[in-house]
Amino acid sequence: MSLLIDIKKKVKGFSLDITFNTDGEYLGILGASGSGKSMTLKCIAGVETPDEGRIVLNGKVFFDSEKKINMKPQDRNIGYLFQNYALFPHMTVEENICIGLKLSQKEKEQKINQMIESFHLTGLEKKYPNQISGGQQQRVALARCITYKPDVLMLDEPFSALDSHLKEQLQTGVLELLKLYEGEVLMVSHSRNEIYRFCKKLVIVDQGSSVLFGDTKQIFKQPKLYTAARITGCKNISRCEVLSAHSVRIVDWELTLETEKTIPKYIKYIGIRAHDFQMIDIIKGKDEKNVVECSVKKIIEDVFEYNIFVENKKIKKADSNNDILYKVKKDEWDNRIDKENLYLKIPEDAVLLLE
Amino acid sequence: MQMSPIIISMKTASTAIALTFLLGLFAARCIVKMKSEKTKMILDGLLTLPLVLPPTVMGFLLLLVFGVNRPFGNFLLQFLGIKIVFSWTATVIAATVISFPLMYRSARGAFEQVDQNLIMAARTLGISDRRIFWRIIMPLALPGVAGGGILAFARGLGEFGATAMIAGNIEDKTRTLPLAIYTEVAAGNMKAASYYVIIVLLISFIVVVLTNYFSMKERKYLK
Repeated sequence: MSLLIDIKKKVKGFSLDITFNTDGEYLGILGASGSGKSMTLKCIAGVETPDEGRIVLNGKVFFDSEKKINMKPQDRNIGYLFQNYALFPHMTVEENICIGLKLSQKEKEQKINQMIESFHLTGLEKKYPNQISGGQQQRVALARCITYKPDVLMLDEPFSALDSHLKEQLQTGVLELLKLYEGEVLMVSHSRNEIYRFCKKLVIVDQGSSVLFGDTKQIFKQPKLYTAARITGCKNISRCEVLSAHSVRIVDWELTLETEKTIPKYIKYIGIRAHDFQMIDIIKGKDEKNVVECSVKKIIEDVFEYNIFVENKKIKKADSNNDILYKVKKDEWDNRIDKENLYLKIPEDAVLLLE
Repeated sequence: MQMSPIIISMKTASTAIALTFLLGLFAARCIVKMKSEKTKMILDGLLTLPLVLPPTVMGFLLLLVFGVNRPFGNFLLQFLGIKIVFSWTATVIAATVISFPLMYRSARGAFEQVDQNLIMAARTLGISDRRIFWRIIMPLALPGVAGGGILAFARGLGEFGATAMIAGNIEDKTRTLPLAIYTEVAAGNMKAASYYVIIVLLISFIVVVLTNYFSMKERKYLK
């Protein structure tokens, strides 16, 4: 899929300004709730019209405000899986799947039977949407989209309406089903895990603007921007002052980092993911570089790990801005004797240099 | 008691509701599809006006349009040989105009309550806008639309003021049930009037019950 978007749209109390140009079979848009992701999809599908700009998908011009082009959604051949699935409540499962098919009765029946079987909906043909479960509804909606062989399938928060214990199972199921569809997928989500799992390429959207796009793994590894780091789930971000090409002062945590790699002057923030710290021995800790002596302030227990909030011991002015979050596996922490103080090493690989 | 007011009333109300139903749906759909909020508000105001104005004012306005000495009424008479005022057609026009806002407003409300996502989804599935209207919007809006139709029918049946102004009170021609009741009472025939009253009461009661039936009837897909 090659997608070029450059649109502006004013919506009540909110302005959308999305610009990116990307390719790749599985593209993800990641952003917080209300950041304009769904509106972007709707503009691509043609059910919302941007105020100005251009949308070109696979060489087809969908929208161009200068040339006064605005293709009807019916002609764009885009599959759109809505967040709430948007199944027609007054139609049965099979009617939902075939409502737009322009085929003879016999061909229609064949097609429906085929879809019902591939999407594991046998026995539900005559049921109405609210007589079936959320997962089944999702499969119907997906079948409905794929029946029309869209050029691109757009998924709008595909798993947000499901219970968390169902999510895992359904995500795998949907991946299987998407294999039936040999086309391109554009997915929108606020969930980092979903995007990371499904999408090779990624666009990050923040407050109506696209801030970064590129390879998903690359962006998670080195988000480059403060907003991108936050949206990809980096919990520890601090202002910083670049002291030299190889040392930087982390303002909020009152410590200085030394690095092998060169630190560009324009770096304003340092980010460190909560999993990336290394707990080390006090004795060894004396010689190592970039080690912070911390006191534990608060511990929050999760299912498989602890969230440990610590503070640099040398800190002079204490407030909650100074907190560093360190996530550690339960057994690793449970085996420790001293639970008040610890030495955390910041590996150089873990340092995110952010603008 | 004469049968003619009953027959005239039923004929008038049925013809009027057929017109009102189509016009109301059409107007509601146009307004719902309209993009500019301002135009919407002004047009909605105009279309709702007959509901809030005294029927005699509506009758007066209709006379301004259809009166034989007025341009439009004169045109109809001169070129087409049609005289609207004091004819049976006038009772239909009066009933239609007065009952129109009820139909229009109910239909508009019902259309607007249809989940926008469903319409968007249908459009991305390649379904034409006309088919979306008949296969998705209409079935989902049906309870509201039917309720509006029944109310509009009842209002048309009870129309008095505008009818009296533009159609007059001509026996066997434009004398509908409400006019017949008025006439009988004015003549002191309370007994004759009470027969008509009972008929109107019966019809109105059935209509209200029907409305409730439509609005409460559980649709099978909601079970």
